[in-house]
Amino acid sequence: MQLAQVKGTVVATVKYEGLQGIKLLLVQPLDQEQQPVGDLVVAADATAQAAPEQLVFIVGSREAAQALPETFVPVDHAIVGLVDDVALAEEA
Amino acid sequence: MYVGCVTGTVVATVKHEAFTGHKLLIVTRLDGDGRLTGQYDICVDVVQAGVGDRVLVMDEGNGARQILKRRTAPVRAVIVGIVDAVTLGQV
Repeated sequence: MQLAQVKGTVVATVKYEGLQGIKLLLVQPLDQEQQPVGDLVVAADATAQAAPEQLVFIVGSREAAQALPETFVPVDHAIVGLVDDVALAEEA
Repeated sequence: MYVGCVTGTVVATVKHEAFTGHKLLIVTRLDGDGRLTGQYDICVDVVQAGVGDRVLVMDEGNGARQILKRRTAPVRAVIVGIVDAVTLGQV
């Protein structure tokens, strides 16, 4: 599970069955210091509450689909939580 | 599984119900010499680990669901142990 920031929305009318009503968002994966790492990914919003620029955490691979109402769907990233706060330890 | 160091905590009020009641910790992967790498995971903690602890992380969904006793759960990374010692080179 990784930190990410919501950057945009994806609208797709024609989708694989089971994905109707699932919000798709473009998110930027972040490192611990909340700096961008890698490319944007499309994530299904399992919280249905993620807002633009919101800090969230995402889960990847097979487990992403398990966050959704229909668990056997072709989804590889899902937003599973809205982050209120990240506290990092002082560098040792 | 990998050995990591707990480097932070994450607080999330709105989250999937599978996470309810579980602490979320940021664990940074350690290299063979015990140094922090840049890679990290947000992990569910089931062994009461704390910031600064060296821990054993399992990053695999099936095992995670077994630990959480749920048939489905969008969870991958779980802290499953607190590491006392790692020895390299002598088995």
